[in-house]
Amino acid sequence: MTSNQWLPLAVIASSLLPGLIIFALPEKRVALRTALNLAGALAKAGLVGLLIAGVAAGEEYGLRHAIAPGIEIVFKADALALLFVTLSAVLWLFTTLYAIGYLEHAPHRSRFFGFFSLCVTATMGIAMAGNLFTFFVFYELLTLATFPLVVHRGTPQAMRGGSIYLAYTLAGGAALLAGIVWLDHLAGPGEFTQGGLLAAIPGLDPLTLQLIFALLIAGVGVKAAIVPLHGWLPQAMVAPAPVSALLHAVAVVKAGAFGIVRIVYEIYGVEFAQSLGLLLPLAVIAAVTILWGSSRALFQNDLKKRLAFSTVSQVSYIVLGVALFGPLGTIGGLVHLVHQGIMKITLFFCAGNYAETLGIHKVSEMDGVGRRMPLTTLAFSIGALGMMGAPLTAGAVSKAWLSDGASAAGMDWAIWVLWGSSLLNAAYFLPILHRAWLKLPPPDWPHEEIHPAGRRETAWLLLLPPLFTAVLTVAVALFADSSFSPLAWVRLIAEREYPNISP
Amino acid sequence: MSPLLDPLAWLILLPLLWATLAFVAAERHGPALALAGTGGQLLCVIVLASDVAGHGSIGHLAGGWAEPLGIRLVADGLSLVMLLLTQGVALALALYARSYFSRATPPAFWPLTGFLLAGMNALFLSGDLFNLYVTLELVGLAAVGLVAAGGGAAQIAAALRYLLATLVGSGAYLFGVALIYGSYGTVSASLLGTLITAEAPLAVWLAGGLMLTGLLLKTALLPFHFWLPPAHGGAPAPVSALLSALVVKASFYLFLRLWLGPFAALTEALPALAQVPAALGATAILWGSWRAIRADRLKMLVAYSTVAQLGYLFLIFPLLGTGALALQAGILQATAHGLAKAAMFVAAGTLIKVGGSDRVLGVAGAAAHLPVTLFAFALAGVTLMGLPPSGGFLAKWLLIDAALVAGQPWIVVVALSGGLLAGIYVFRVLRLAFRRPTAHEDVPLPQRPAALLEWTAFALAAGSVLIGLGAAPLLALIAGVQP
Amino acid sequence: MSAGLIYAATGCLLFVLGLGGVLLLKALLRRILAFNLMGSGAFLVLVGLAQRDGTPDPVPQAMVLTGIVVAVAATALALTLARRWHALTGRDDIARVRDTGRRVRRKANERRKSAR
Repeated sequence: MTSNQWLPLAVIASSLLPGLIIFALPEKRVALRTALNLAGALAKAGLVGLLIAGVAAGEEYGLRHAIAPGIEIVFKADALALLFVTLSAVLWLFTTLYAIGYLEHAPHRSRFFGFFSLCVTATMGIAMAGNLFTFFVFYELLTLATFPLVVHRGTPQAMRGGSIYLAYTLAGGAALLAGIVWLDHLAGPGEFTQGGLLAAIPGLDPLTLQLIFALLIAGVGVKAAIVPLHGWLPQAMVAPAPVSALLHAVAVVKAGAFGIVRIVYEIYGVEFAQSLGLLLPLAVIAAVTILWGSSRALFQNDLKKRLAFSTVSQVSYIVLGVALFGPLGTIGGLVHLVHQGIMKITLFFCAGNYAETLGIHKVSEMDGVGRRMPLTTLAFSIGALGMMGAPLTAGAVSKAWLSDGASAAGMDWAIWVLWGSSLLNAAYFLPILHRAWLKLPPPDWPHEEIHPAGRRETAWLLLLPPLFTAVLTVAVALFADSSFSPLAWVRLIAEREYPNISP
Repeated sequence: MSPLLDPLAWLILLPLLWATLAFVAAERHGPALALAGTGGQLLCVIVLASDVAGHGSIGHLAGGWAEPLGIRLVADGLSLVMLLLTQGVALALALYARSYFSRATPPAFWPLTGFLLAGMNALFLSGDLFNLYVTLELVGLAAVGLVAAGGGAAQIAAALRYLLATLVGSGAYLFGVALIYGSYGTVSASLLGTLITAEAPLAVWLAGGLMLTGLLLKTALLPFHFWLPPAHGGAPAPVSALLSALVVKASFYLFLRLWLGPFAALTEALPALAQVPAALGATAILWGSWRAIRADRLKMLVAYSTVAQLGYLFLIFPLLGTGALALQAGILQATAHGLAKAAMFVAAGTLIKVGGSDRVLGVAGAAAHLPVTLFAFALAGVTLMGLPPSGGFLAKWLLIDAALVAGQPWIVVVALSGGLLAGIYVFRVLRLAFRRPTAHEDVPLPQRPAALLEWTAFALAAGSVLIGLGAAPLLALIAGVQP
Repeated sequence: MSAGLIYAATGCLLFVLGLGGVLLLKALLRRILAFNLMGSGAFLVLVGLAQRDGTPDPVPQAMVLTGIVVAVAATALALTLARRWHALTGRDDIARVRDTGRRVRRKANERRKSAR
């Protein structure tokens, strides 16, 4: 097996193997478990670095394995895959650190970290899938691996959240499978091909292709939380904070959005999809989701639920970008995949800090928390400003490209949607910041678990990850034009997707 | 090869031998004999596999007597797959039963199991209709005995119901054989395949109907499923596993053989006929899943799940005209289900034994002290739901593909809905297992079960998943059998 | 009508009678007897239909002998089970014995009703 073949497998193994070993560890082997977790995360980061270097230079990484005649598992680590892989690998490292701190003294940590690792393994598989079959296999594996994490606490609310989560995701999986097999029957194995697989196959019935598109998008749309399939996301907030961070920034929602990207660009091909009239409905759905999600967020008092609805809205920026025909929209959508991940994980880390340190779960309890936990609130503020699209943040960069893409595609109404969403974001984030910084704190916090020690407002492991990701939020905007930024990588992808037009 | 070393004959002789020895010897020798025996049988199958892979199909005349008075044993790709499944599951179950029955074995459990296996092997290796009748009866009687062994009133009632159903089934089958012999003068399945044409007399159509209906009764396809839940749900876990995983597959295998072999001309002449088992199968999936979702006791849940999953097997019949896809889907489903259902009953048995309650609610909080068992149950559930990367998923994929090729989209809807319904009852159990026990459920931890109890479940469940990843040789074996 | 056909027709009749008996009768002993009737019917058909050209055909006779042995074994098992059932419950039929798992709920309902 050449190095071009085993590197993708190694990336998957770097979280699978530690995960399997961790399952077997007794609860009290904390040091070994931590070491395995960190070793896996660092190894993965290193391997991903190698992949990036190779792909940038034009190397091809991939692997095929036949399971049955006509059915193959295909891995393909191309530029688009690496975008998702890198995001996942980097954020997994931070989330692992955070989770170790968050779950200190919690029960069933071996089980938690085992499934945690399986989750990331599944995400890597989704990212590097080279055909619809492989994508589906890892997509459903992600559902199965995240369920135990959602119900980890074992309370009745957790069980309920888990049931709702399963109902939505399994139903979505069934729709996805129907679409995939139908497509396989019509046009052969659904390989992800640059420029679109179906675009190159003549003589396919348009109505059938439109129906299949609807099935596929419905299937991946459940995880991507597009309206009306988003109901599971606020309910899944019963999970511990590291799980919410992982689910909402990295794994599940991004997997759904990534699926939409792959389907539109590499199964249908963006020009073919445009000619079938598929992009406008998709854009409309994305717009509805953006506005609906932000509107619902306004009325949530529970902090994590407010962030959940914010995610519903923000992930559809990616879908909007995909639906805007033209390289500018593509760049906007894809770069938001990374930027939203970084910003949202910051916000969830901070929400977790408030809950763990002071017992704060609701916005109304956050008065004056900026004095007690200034660093956390600083990170939260940066994330919130990024969501609003304030200048010098990652969010601003994505919004700029999306707006340009909208006008280039002749869909000026989308620019209004983006502005409306920014206003709504301000409407539900600014009051939080106002409360946190400018109001007086109450005499006691709901449940102070961690007491300040000098300058240290909470445990280091809880404080450092959000600070890092907040710095990243600003850094990716400040250095957007350098060749190491996510934006540069996304422009590379767009160049390869639209070879005839240069952004 | 010298007839003394022919694996075909040993596959039948070996279980007969160890069953008889187990009957005669003291009860404590039972497990050792069973393990040695099933191990030897597995070896025979592996030897046979290499022969069949080389030659396509192998025959053996018992005793050297020529037909029609002599009995010819024949093994091809399809029978080989079933033999592998049987021996593999039997070995795992023998290991499990040894630990499960550590204190009180039901009387005659080991000999009956041996006779059951002998009957099943003979069934898979027989080539003439009458010998198949004899093996069917042997399997049926042994199974009834296992259901009744050492049980109380409920088990005796279940065994009686099962016995009557199985006797009606084989009685109808025998009558059909009589009619066939009367019409053609032979009972050889391969010869009849060429002799029976679409212009066959009414007696042959009647015979076909009787035989196939009799087999449906033994496979517990709705509406003939009434005997299965009490029998499988009430028996001890290893017996339930044997019955659900293997015995019902034997009569399904026979149904399939008759459909594709002697009665092929009849079924092809009247394609609408194929919709009958498919419609019954679809109803079975919906009804069985519904009853499983509402079941109060854990083993009943798993037994009703068997009723539902058997429905999948019958969905393939309208699709058999489209080449090997449907056949592969059906056999792969049968194999994956056999492994998964055995795993599930084994896991359920351990959960009940350790938890002390046979109700579904008794599973609450089990994830804390029986993680391996729960994981095995979950893996088995993944196959039943048809989620990747399991064997059940691959079978579902092939089934949907075949349905699209044959232009029967309703089967796609049924298959997908069945998967979701299975998800409901599987996750019913898993959710309870992850639940944190409430104040009055916090009983002190019961004794940890023997490791073997947990790991056999895991091995069986892992098998059902691994088949999904490495199905190529299996599918190649089945593809060799022409539809 | 040849002798063979008469045997076969009688066999059919016996089979149908036996089948009806197993399905419709209540008492276990009668159902077991009805099953034997079914078997005998099938054997008659086998022997009868095979005698067409006058010379006795050994194959169906061998089959019938085997079948008789099988039927005896099955009957023995059935009778043993019926005896055990009678010893345990004093009943000679298995009607209305339902082990569907809903018993617990029914018992709970009965308890609730009697408590009122």
